[in-house]
Amino acid sequence: MGTAWALAGAGFRRYSTYRQATVAGAFTNTVFGFLRCYVILAVAATAGGMAAGYRGSQLVTYVWIGQGLLAVVQIWGWTDLADRIRTGDVQSDLLRPLHPVASYLATDLGRAGHAALTRFVVPTAVGALCFDMYAPHTLLSYPAFLASTLVAVVVSFGVRYLVNLTAFWLLDIRGVITLWQLGAGVLSGLYFPLAFLPGWAQGVLWLGTPFPAAFQAPIDILVERGSVGHRSLLLFDQLCWAALLIGACMLVQRRAERKLVVQGG
Amino acid sequence: MSEIVISTADLRKEFTVSTRVGLLRRARRTVPAVAGVDLTVARGEMLGYIGPNGAGKSTTLKMLTGVLTPSSGEVTVCGFRPVAQRTRLARQIGVVFGQRSQLWWDLPLAESFRLLRYIYRVPAADHAARLAECRRLLDLDAFLDTPVRQLSLGQRMRGEITAALLHSPEVLFLDEPTIGLDVVSKQAVRAFLADLGSRGDTTLVLTTHDLADIEKLCRRLVVIDHGRVVHDGTLPELHARYDSRRRVVVDLDTPWAGRTGVPGAVVEAVEADGHRVTFGLSGGTAGELVAALARDGALRDVAVLEPDIEDVVARLYAEPAGDDRVASR
Repeated sequence: MGTAWALAGAGFRRYSTYRQATVAGAFTNTVFGFLRCYVILAVAATAGGMAAGYRGSQLVTYVWIGQGLLAVVQIWGWTDLADRIRTGDVQSDLLRPLHPVASYLATDLGRAGHAALTRFVVPTAVGALCFDMYAPHTLLSYPAFLASTLVAVVVSFGVRYLVNLTAFWLLDIRGVITLWQLGAGVLSGLYFPLAFLPGWAQGVLWLGTPFPAAFQAPIDILVERGSVGHRSLLLFDQLCWAALLIGACMLVQRRAERKLVVQGG
Repeated sequence: MSEIVISTADLRKEFTVSTRVGLLRRARRTVPAVAGVDLTVARGEMLGYIGPNGAGKSTTLKMLTGVLTPSSGEVTVCGFRPVAQRTRLARQIGVVFGQRSQLWWDLPLAESFRLLRYIYRVPAADHAARLAECRRLLDLDAFLDTPVRQLSLGQRMRGEITAALLHSPEVLFLDEPTIGLDVVSKQAVRAFLADLGSRGDTTLVLTTHDLADIEKLCRRLVVIDHGRVVHDGTLPELHARYDSRRRVVVDLDTPWAGRTGVPGAVVEAVEADGHRVTFGLSGGTAGELVAALARDGALRDVAVLEPDIEDVVARLYAEPAGDDRVASR
């Protein structure tokens, strides 16, 4: 456990060294928060203030919490592992007495911790100052949101790690990354809440893809959309995806190590 | 014989390479990178593992450390099968790559060392003692708090060696540890490794193209070429095998007359209008030769040159690959 904490601490400190990047990222997330918020409120206004089961203040919260969560779950771009595979530096990872998946996950949780204290706080605070945000009615929604966010980070990490592992076969994974980013943006609930889609499409996305579990689930839990039972199901869906993806990471990692060559002399 | 820490038997690795032979067709062929290496290394040995580019050095090293699965053959390191027991083996070995880093790029060097304590689960007191020793011997204090990305190559390499030793590994693998270093840094790294090796409890396996590393550090030299061991023995044995000669260079007051009377002293070069002569000694001694020249009364100055390892190894590398070559031991 000490090792996991130390690695998470390293992940946290690694990102804390890039202060200007953090400020720039938080600023960008905030600017786009305003854009998304005005658009979604306009949509809700045409629908009589309520859209797909969300009230106006819930939609505001949906947008701003989403803008904060973007960096926490890091739904976009992460190529650290792929870069190390391409250069052969991954050899150093394999020479440590740790499972690489566990080691990278611990580091990623540290990164998420740093993002939570910086990139999450800024857009959320600005959103709360400028708009009427929805506050959860039951206290339980707060710890449920925290737990759901943690699992969302694991889900997102699982997909990112798998995408990066393809570098063992492909070396250049820009195509895979582009595909993942495109899918993640549209299918995770970032561009619009998935509840806007027909029921069957929602079913396919929640059960058939990990994207909503990596992003929309914690937001729906915080804005208390649907019954408690419905929200418990969201958390359950996330846990299933997290377990499935980490298992897949372990499996693919083992295949990659057995079958493939570490690059470079 | 003392305890064996590394042993391989008929270790092989073949890669499949596909080449384009038509518009859409590709032909696959198998290329042997390591073609049957038998190696036994005892605890405390300092082994130089050399060979030309593409000879199979790094491939062997990857198989010994468990990051590459052999195509066939047996390999045991510290009692473990490297690939199957890689994580357990990792606690017993340290690896330094001259061309890649195991440190955390964005964090200060000290932070990397702290993390390694947790990763290898080293007791705090042991870790502190080893770090203190490395700080003293490798002069780390000036840049301990500098992020790794800002270190010079020489500083980083000293950090890499420290990082590989903090869990006190039984075997230290060094893959070109002095590549790109300036003379002072090379000397510092070599002196440190020589000191480490002289204590006898850490086995060192060093691959390098810098033969001065081998001369300074390794009593035993394994030369690999085209995936096979072509020499396994001491440096003097290598010289004996390739008939390396000591050379005697003499400066004469009068031009060289053409005879010494010393059997085994062969004239290799005559320069400066016959005033400087280089002899190769394949028999006889330098003393006999110098005495003979002194008798003639023309000797002004004399220098004895030891055989050059670079020459021997260049001759070894230049030999064509063949199945008839066998290891000398």
